[in-house]
Amino acid sequence: MSNVNDNLIEVQHLTKSFVAATNFFGKPTSFVQAVDDVNFTIRRGEAFGLVGESGCGKTTIGKMIVGLLKPTSGKILFEGKDITAMSPKDRRRMSTDIQLIFQDPYASLNPRMTIGQIVAEPILTNNILPKDKVDARVDELLERVGLASYMKNRYPHEFSGGQRQRVGIARALAVNPKLIVCDEPVSALDVSIQAQVLNLLDDLKDQFGLTYLFIAHGLNVVKHISDRVGVMYLGRLMEVAPKNSLYHEPLCPYTQALLSAIPSPDPKLQRKRIILEGDVPSPIDPPAGCRFASRCFAKVGACDVSSPDQREVLPDHLCSCHRYDNVPTDAVRQLALDIQYDAARPTYGRGSDLTNADPVVTPETDVDAEVNAEAPVAP
Amino acid sequence: MAAASVELDERTAAGPEGPNNTPSAPVAEKTESLWKDVWYALRQNVPAMVSLVIIVLLALVAIVTFVAPGILPYDPYQQDLSASFEGPSMAHWFGTDQQGRDIFCRILIGSQISLTVGLLSVAISLAIGVTLGAIAGYKGGVVDTVIMRFMDMMLAIPSILLAIAFMAALGRGIDKAIIAIGFVSIPEYARIVRSQVLAVKQSDYVAAARVIGDSDATIIFRHVLPNVMPSIIVRATLGISSAILDAAALGFLGLGVQPPAAEWGDMLGRGRNYIFAAPHAMIFPGLAITVTVLAFNLLGDGIRDAFDPKSRAR
Repeated sequence: MSNVNDNLIEVQHLTKSFVAATNFFGKPTSFVQAVDDVNFTIRRGEAFGLVGESGCGKTTIGKMIVGLLKPTSGKILFEGKDITAMSPKDRRRMSTDIQLIFQDPYASLNPRMTIGQIVAEPILTNNILPKDKVDARVDELLERVGLASYMKNRYPHEFSGGQRQRVGIARALAVNPKLIVCDEPVSALDVSIQAQVLNLLDDLKDQFGLTYLFIAHGLNVVKHISDRVGVMYLGRLMEVAPKNSLYHEPLCPYTQALLSAIPSPDPKLQRKRIILEGDVPSPIDPPAGCRFASRCFAKVGACDVSSPDQREVLPDHLCSCHRYDNVPTDAVRQLALDIQYDAARPTYGRGSDLTNADPVVTPETDVDAEVNAEAPVAP
Repeated sequence: MAAASVELDERTAAGPEGPNNTPSAPVAEKTESLWKDVWYALRQNVPAMVSLVIIVLLALVAIVTFVAPGILPYDPYQQDLSASFEGPSMAHWFGTDQQGRDIFCRILIGSQISLTVGLLSVAISLAIGVTLGAIAGYKGGVVDTVIMRFMDMMLAIPSILLAIAFMAALGRGIDKAIIAIGFVSIPEYARIVRSQVLAVKQSDYVAAARVIGDSDATIIFRHVLPNVMPSIIVRATLGISSAILDAAALGFLGLGVQPPAAEWGDMLGRGRNYIFAAPHAMIFPGLAITVTVLAFNLLGDGIRDAFDPKSRAR
């Protein structure tokens, strides 16, 4: 794609499988393909959103990037260096570059350390500052994330979820990282607090020139903060595109269904939705062809047979879908719209004079406004 | 524009959980070390403090009678068969035993052995058991299997039998009894620590420590063990009591202390034969054991609660 130097992180053919069952002698007999041949890049200074339903492998990718899991195969290049091939010692040194914000603020803070100690720990471990300056730095970090420094001798249980998540953010910031992996940082929080934390993350990104890998299960949360978005399904990356391109011209049928599931705040709004049938197949021995084929409303013969390659279907808009094989670029947008309109069904709202409501991008709906919603499709 | 309004929202909505609702308090609240906090919490706990006083008194008695045995009104080893089995009186507060020795003096001097056995044998099993359990739980895999199967082998044999086997190999004497009692309770500590470590190492804060770049040793000592400590402390205080009882059992079997040394369990065992004729010969050593064991248990509970920041009153 673009200049290699722009890319802070490059994920190449990343695969992770877990052993699902072993035979009597402890030899693995079946595997869960949590992440299967995933490729994407994150450019310096951008926020890359990764969405998908539970169990699609997005958290596994995050854990591999921060080094909590080892990939089965594939590479993760950070500033051109393969961090998966590093010795444990060198990899540990990378912790000043890559940090993680956890999903559950109640579990991610050691209950026996004060928040001051928690925030100071990464600074001391990595010898970032001389000991006498650590205290001032902790105060500064706490204030930066919206906590008062006089609270630093309190223990985590004395804080609310939102405040704890701020402590987690301060801890991640403490080492001046280049990349922060945000693993569903707001999904455990109250709706009213979600917006605060999202805004804080957004501010910090500009202020410290951070790059985010932002993992979430709803497209609406990701839309608020991301520059580019990747959509995952069952271990595969279905579509990667800049935010506007993805939200306004979704190509992959799965993305289209996901977008149409974002609820609207207006109960009277007449909308059409794409209703998916069936359940996500088991990740143990997943389907041979396209992972989404068993539920896809637009599948063709090739979908059950071979797995589609990731191609740049529109400029900077990558999609893995057989429907766009051999389609000229100028016909892609029309085809995507056709696929959506064919699948959309009216929802049973108030008022029944059916206009040709756009199933995906309703002009009345500002997706930014609602930060909370479960994205996956309910039948 | 939208961003600005949201920004404003954040500041106003920050009310209940937000940062600045306490009027400016520029100085950090009490800066106290963990141990000061624990001590502060412990002081609020009456049973634990009473137990602590008893244990400190007991330790003082043990030290004083060791340094200056002459302070006792009677020689605890001096036999006087004419005064055999005298009941409690002003002269002999707790009466005398079969050999006419003053039971009160023997109990006082017996505190030396009981405390030494309790503390040293628990120290041995703690040091080895916690280390093995932490390694097994944290490393997992083959290391875990090897360590824990060995522990299972030790657990399969009744501990008193195992202690007797140790004593047979090591020879008699209270020092050997300490080692034997210490070794046979290693598996219990290893198992408790391992299961706790298994639970704690799955937690997000351990993952966070790994992301921060902490080494395995740092993670074990800073993040895992402090969170395992409550169960270790409670088990260790119970262990002190059971070590005292084990030493008594060994003494009763003729493998621990040798007569005429004064040891509570040994005195209890000997007094047992005359339970109807002279109950005081058994009751007072028994009381000494009970009070000591109870004191250690209550203190252990108090320490556990004091270590738990959630139950600590601020």
